[in-house]
Amino acid sequence: MRTILFIIQKEFRQIFRNKAMLPIIFVLPFIQLLILSNAASFEVKNIQFSYIDNDHSAASRELISKFQSSDYFKIIGNFESKKEANLQMEKGKVDVILEIPNHFERNLLTEKKTTLSVSINAIDGAAAGVENVYITQIIASFNQKIQSELYQYNDNSFVQPQNIVTIPSFWYNNTLNYKTLMVPGILVLLVTMLTLFLSAMNIVREKEIGTLEQINVTPIKKHQFIIGKLFPFWVLGLMILTVGLLIARIVFNIPILGNIGLIYLFTSVYLLVILGIGLFISNYTETQQQAMFIAWFFTVIFILMSGLFTPIESMPTWAQQLTLFNPIRYFVEIIRMVMLKGATFSDISRPFFIIAIYAFIINGFAVWSYKKTN
Amino acid sequence: MSQEKIIEVKNLSKKFGSFTAVDNISFDVYKGEIFGFLGANGAGKTTAMKMLIGISRPTSGEVTVAGYDVKTAAEMVKKSIGYMSQRFSMYDDLTIKENITFFGGIYGLSRNKIKEKTAQLVSELGLEDAVDKLVGDLPLGWKQKLSFSVALLHEPKIVFLDEPTGGVDPITRRQFWEMIYAEAHKGTTIFVTTHYMDEAEYCDRVSIMVEGHIEALDTPKNLKQQFNVESMNDVFLKLARNVE
Repeated sequence: MRTILFIIQKEFRQIFRNKAMLPIIFVLPFIQLLILSNAASFEVKNIQFSYIDNDHSAASRELISKFQSSDYFKIIGNFESKKEANLQMEKGKVDVILEIPNHFERNLLTEKKTTLSVSINAIDGAAAGVENVYITQIIASFNQKIQSELYQYNDNSFVQPQNIVTIPSFWYNNTLNYKTLMVPGILVLLVTMLTLFLSAMNIVREKEIGTLEQINVTPIKKHQFIIGKLFPFWVLGLMILTVGLLIARIVFNIPILGNIGLIYLFTSVYLLVILGIGLFISNYTETQQQAMFIAWFFTVIFILMSGLFTPIESMPTWAQQLTLFNPIRYFVEIIRMVMLKGATFSDISRPFFIIAIYAFIINGFAVWSYKKTN
Repeated sequence: MSQEKIIEVKNLSKKFGSFTAVDNISFDVYKGEIFGFLGANGAGKTTAMKMLIGISRPTSGEVTVAGYDVKTAAEMVKKSIGYMSQRFSMYDDLTIKENITFFGGIYGLSRNKIKEKTAQLVSELGLEDAVDKLVGDLPLGWKQKLSFSVALLHEPKIVFLDEPTGGVDPITRRQFWEMIYAEAHKGTTIFVTTHYMDEAEYCDRVSIMVEGHIEALDTPKNLKQQFNVESMNDVFLKLARNVE
């Protein structure tokens, strides 16, 4: 135990003495949190909207004004011909072209049906899907209004127009604020990346400068060395989590509905997994550069398969199964559940125990693969 | 000098794949002697030494250090030895005092003992004013004297020095050897590798390793007689030339 304290003391001294690393540890993550949480949004806004009005009627103008009044669309202009509009689409100037046909109003009034042509730039398929939904909603609302007007004009019977209005209610995030979803997730990434990189590089660094050999000649025990080495990063991870939660609460006004102690309980076990992976990497690398590349390899896979940016439910089955080995996936899931849904321990017990077992296995391997003797 | 064996090496070999770095060497080191372990670069000195200090596993052979078998009781061996590697191996970003505290601590010295040792060590080296300076800012000669002293913190029975004077000026080398003598005088066994042949003259006994074998082992005086030359330098050249 005393030996461990001496190692911890040494590690903290080195961390706080390193003037280059301190800002990387304590400032950069929060700049990232502030920037990414504002930027990484899936909301599709400022859709460059253009139209071709071949009808020039009251109805066509009304339809267009519906788009104008929407926050999501920015009206770029009105083209004379489809050819001209297509040219702008090819140049990337417009995202959506709405073409209103000749006799749009007349057909609506006489035949009670007509067609509209909508072209959407689908280079980004996900955005195009969202745009399609917005456009359909606007047209549907226009449709409903027209229908009721038509009824009033033409129908002399007492049948009232049947308007079905859906009022969606969004649970857990009722203002659909994207930051509510993204901030906890990005916080998870920062805590993970920082602790993984620092722990992976730390032991390799001692290999590089030759002090590890000196350590291996001492009677220090493997577990003493490993605990002493990793404990400071465990503390750092929890410190970063704390500052991150404060920023989430104060700057982004993210609700923390559940028990914050649960987040800490989970994080303290979760960090063991990450530190174990870091140690594992450092055991199989000789230089900080190698450690860095391998840590990156895992980080990129972990992040992209975490469900943070793309829902796990929409991944192919084999990829969904792979995410079961991804610690970040569980952390993202749990921090969102606790912060946004107010989940209790029994709600998160399954991922919690999975992570606990994971921590046990990965650290077992890491300790086993750390060799004082070659 | 006693005839009590403190290191016993029997038929020790180390192979890396098809390359044999250390080929079936046997020798003993007696308690309290300065044992020079000589050889050209790549002769297998460092590899052999790493097996003696328990950080490299022998392919075959027996090694007993301070009464413990390095294969089965490596941790007991490590308690009894000090080691100074050829790469400077203290923490550049810690001060002299912090380095001493750390290494003292992991050898299990009490806080009081560490304080006492720190005071003693810095006054012996004349580093009182530099005790709170970062080790990285010290000149190389000081660093090496410091790491020798740190290797002795826990009062080991044997201290292993791997090319301790590489790259330092002749005056510092001289001072360094005075420190080695003083330590040997207290009864500590010194096991030192070097390729400065003038240093070999300071040793009680030397072994000369050539291509994984020990080609000669005796006192410097006997070796010079045996090869009928004036200096250890010539002994070394004769042995090395035979190989070519």
